Amino acid sequence: MARLHVVTGKGGTGKTTVAAAMALALAEQGKRILLVEVEGRQGLAQLFDVPPLPYVERRIAHGPAGGEVFALAVDAEAALLEYLDMYYHLGRAGKALEKVGAIDFVTTIAPGLRDVLLTGKVYEATRRKVHGKLAYDAVVVDAPPTGRIAPFLNVNTEVAGLAKVGPIRNQADAIMGMLRSDITRIHLVTLLEEMPVQETLDAVGQLEALDLRIGSIVVNMVRNSPLDDDALALAVKEKLPAAELTRGLKAAGLTIGDDLVQTLASEAHDHAIRVGLERENRDRIDALGKQVTELTLQPDGIDQGTLIDLAEEFRA
Amino acid sequence: MNLDLDALIDDAETRIIVTCGSGGVGKTTTAAALGLRAAERGRKVVVLTIDPARRLAQSLGLTELDNTPRAVAEVNAKNGGRLDAMMLDMKRTFDDVVLQHATPEKAEQILANPFYQALSSSFAGTQEYMAMEKLGQLHKQAERTGEWDLIVVDTPPSRSALDFLDAPERLASLLEGRFLRLLLAPARGPFKLMSAGVNMAMSVLNKVLGAQVLTDVQTFVAAFDTLFGGFRQRAEQTVALLRESHTAFLVVASPQNDALREASYFAERLRAEGMPLAGVVLNRVTNTEAPELSAERSLAAAEKLEEADKSPLTAAVLRLHADKMQQVVGDHKRAERFRRGHRAIRTVEVPALADDVHDLTGLRQIGDLLTA
Repeated sequence: MARLHVVTGKGGTGKTTVAAAMALALAEQGKRILLVEVEGRQGLAQLFDVPPLPYVERRIAHGPAGGEVFALAVDAEAALLEYLDMYYHLGRAGKALEKVGAIDFVTTIAPGLRDVLLTGKVYEATRRKVHGKLAYDAVVVDAPPTGRIAPFLNVNTEVAGLAKVGPIRNQADAIMGMLRSDITRIHLVTLLEEMPVQETLDAVGQLEALDLRIGSIVVNMVRNSPLDDDALALAVKEKLPAAELTRGLKAAGLTIGDDLVQTLASEAHDHAIRVGLERENRDRIDALGKQVTELTLQPDGIDQGTLIDLAEEFRA
Repeated sequence: MNLDLDALIDDAETRIIVTCGSGGVGKTTTAAALGLRAAERGRKVVVLTIDPARRLAQSLGLTELDNTPRAVAEVNAKNGGRLDAMMLDMKRTFDDVVLQHATPEKAEQILANPFYQALSSSFAGTQEYMAMEKLGQLHKQAERTGEWDLIVVDTPPSRSALDFLDAPERLASLLEGRFLRLLLAPARGPFKLMSAGVNMAMSVLNKVLGAQVLTDVQTFVAAFDTLFGGFRQRAEQTVALLRESHTAFLVVASPQNDALREASYFAERLRAEGMPLAGVVLNRVTNTEAPELSAERSLAAAEKLEEADKSPLTAAVLRLHADKMQQVVGDHKRAERFRRGHRAIRTVEVPALADDVHDLTGLRQIGDLLTA
């Protein structure tokens, strides 16, 4: 069963929100879920309205079904020192690296190394055992955006290409092994707009070419139209019957200006055009043949309450 | 205060416009629309985009990724202007820098090095450096040949818009760092000159990376060393260029809390850096022509019709208007709060359109809205 869920999406599609909702949805009674942030944005802290997360796993929420959600903001510098200490027992020498600016180097000239460390930490947390039991039942990663997701997940293949032998090579192979295995699923968050959908399609192609597995496409911020298909078809052609609208408004007791009918009809027209575009985009998503999950728009913004609502939509 | 973008693009002293903001707010479309408008008002414009939507790219004729500006067809040139557009190819830009500034043998060595290949194509952060590099190049070319008098730059879709500003500084500070010197040292002189701490660091690297990787890295860094000086100098020049009064930053934000927060950070940062902020474009603000019919009244009217089982069509249209009014009120409230919180910043509000922009007509329409 999939235990490592990687959530990506174009900027602005709400991938952090979706990752959080997914973690809450997975938090069944008695389960422990780890939600990982890798981009140093403290988006999870903002979302859950808690102070900035340190490089420590701490519980930030309970799922609606009673499980626990822990959060971790992975910091590449700290991960590097931890890594050196864990695998090479380099307490003091690690500090020496920091002193000569090697850690700065990691984050500047070789930002790819940052990805190595971030994926390495995700790998470690996913397979960590405490008293012979897995520390977390599932790990959800708020990953880099679609434009960067393939190189991010594939960075260890690059590393393996650079280091032909040695401990780094082994580590890189092990991480890629997990990311390509059956326990890992990549979920792509999109809106029904041209750019995010195109990026989703591109990313699916890139990820599959790398032998990585797609879990689902999450269509976020879905708005249900109050107009039925017949009304939409009329509205698109600007042929909504003005006489009926006039009668209807009168029956509703609205006596606002003569232009109201026209304004409402033109709003319906714009809306119908947008619905049409959304449907085209939805068809392009469906053509991928992947599992699609819809999450409805939360018009008043996202808070803990709406996160729980979204988690329930995930569970449904 | 109102932001007058026509005054900005008509001012011959405006030589560079940089659009920035968080992802998905319409930065690229804004850059393209302003570029087109400026060209049709007589400026000689080049638009540098980073990652345009496919249809927008097509509308600008950007079908080829050849990293050089191409004339955009069907631009109205009756005022003597022109419009070129290009999409940044970061690897190609990086390669060009290497080829231009290294001897042929050294260039070959660098281009073939596995670290260079990884760095120039797939690693994060490179795009920001290369966008700055390309801006510097275009500016030089414009000064030299006079083929453009206005450069419009769209910034990379970074996790934070601030990465764009940080890129050159980070590069410069890295180049002054000890680590680079350290990696270069073995290629240059005897190890024994180094301190015990440095020796320890080297032995850690050897142990962690393996000798072969370390040698590759050292070869790469040594081969790259001569280039780095040039890189740094040019990065500093570009930053200086961005501080000049010929430059205008335009922050684009949609009326959502995240985007507005990012816009605030950015405006604050530009001020701290002494970089000229022309103003903020509040983009895709929902509007209505029937603001007098509030969401509550519209919804109540819809419910009344539904209960009486009358005209479901009117009820649906009223519900639609109620949804829209909620957005209108929310968008305007957030936009207004932003303006109140930043009284010294000029703003312009652009209404949301029903359709995506995918041709020059659409870009012209955005241009009209930007300057209405």
